[in-house]
Amino acid sequence: MSEVEDSLSAPHRLAYTYKRSLGPVLGQFFTGLRDGRILGVRRADGTVMVPPKEYDPDTGEAIDEMVELADTGEVVSWAWVHEPRPSQPLDQAFAYALIRLDGADTPLLHAVDAGDESSMQTGMRVRARWSDEPVGAITDIACFEPVA
Amino acid sequence: MSEEKEPVEVLRTPVELDYTYSAGVSASRFLRAVEQGKLLGQRCPVDGRVYFPSRGSCPQHGVPIEGEPVELSDRGTIVTFSVNRVPSENIDLELPYAAIQVLLDGADTTLFHVLGECSIDDVRMGMRVEAVWRPRDEWTISMQNIRYFKPSGEPDAPFESYQEHI
Ligand SMILES: [Zn+2]
Repeated sequence: MSEVEDSLSAPHRLAYTYKRSLGPVLGQFFTGLRDGRILGVRRADGTVMVPPKEYDPDTGEAIDEMVELADTGEVVSWAWVHEPRPSQPLDQAFAYALIRLDGADTPLLHAVDAGDESSMQTGMRVRARWSDEPVGAITDIACFEPVA
Repeated sequence: MSEEKEPVEVLRTPVELDYTYSAGVSASRFLRAVEQGKLLGQRCPVDGRVYFPSRGSCPQHGVPIEGEPVELSDRGTIVTFSVNRVPSENIDLELPYAAIQVLLDGADTTLFHVLGECSIDDVRMGMRVEAVWRPRDEWTISMQNIRYFKPSGEPDAPFESYQEHI
């Protein structure tokens, strides 16, 4: 930042206290997370999406057949975060990754606590590390960690 | 799971954006003057209009505004208002009160503030008002130093005197 001589500065926080109603499908997904289960939704063609959607993205048809998935999966793509910001899921460096859970056909975005960037690899196997204090949010999965 | 739990129906997703706001040279000069109880505007070199608070450039002519700032009166005219019935964390007036746009004497732009010591039945366009400052030892580098405006008791300003500024 270029310093402007004699310029005052002050912290300024802009905050919005959003609260959303989840509806029946996402409601089940977040209820599942609170109870330690990951739920996806099955489309008419048999494929499974997680996180679930309420409508089939191709046909627009309403979908609500919930499917329980494993809490293990495979990293499809990832990016390393060298210096996490305060609001990010981990305090130490980690990867944001798209993770295709076993039994799912779409990937889920989450954090992988791999310790070091050199431990990350596309195709690697990971498992969810669950939070000790689940509340019904995506953070009930604290992060994923590599499976040896 | 031992105990019965309610299904999750609501998700809180607060968004928090943390900024460091830099006021810049012109607004900093304005704020430092407010700390001393002075209200500074600045004059556009093209048409002479006085902007309040002072600012570094004229938005109409796209030219820098340099030169000496203009000290303004803490009295002015209400050019428009609305009645507020919803409490706000940083305003300690009793509800309902009027939020007002004030044209300070000597300025060509209006200032947003609140009106105290006045029933909402009495507030009107053209009403003359004056600033009520907080006690001197509570002043900071902030427009909060003016607690509110109150009716000054002068006769109303004629509509022509502020119609350009509504
Ligand atoms: Zn101008």
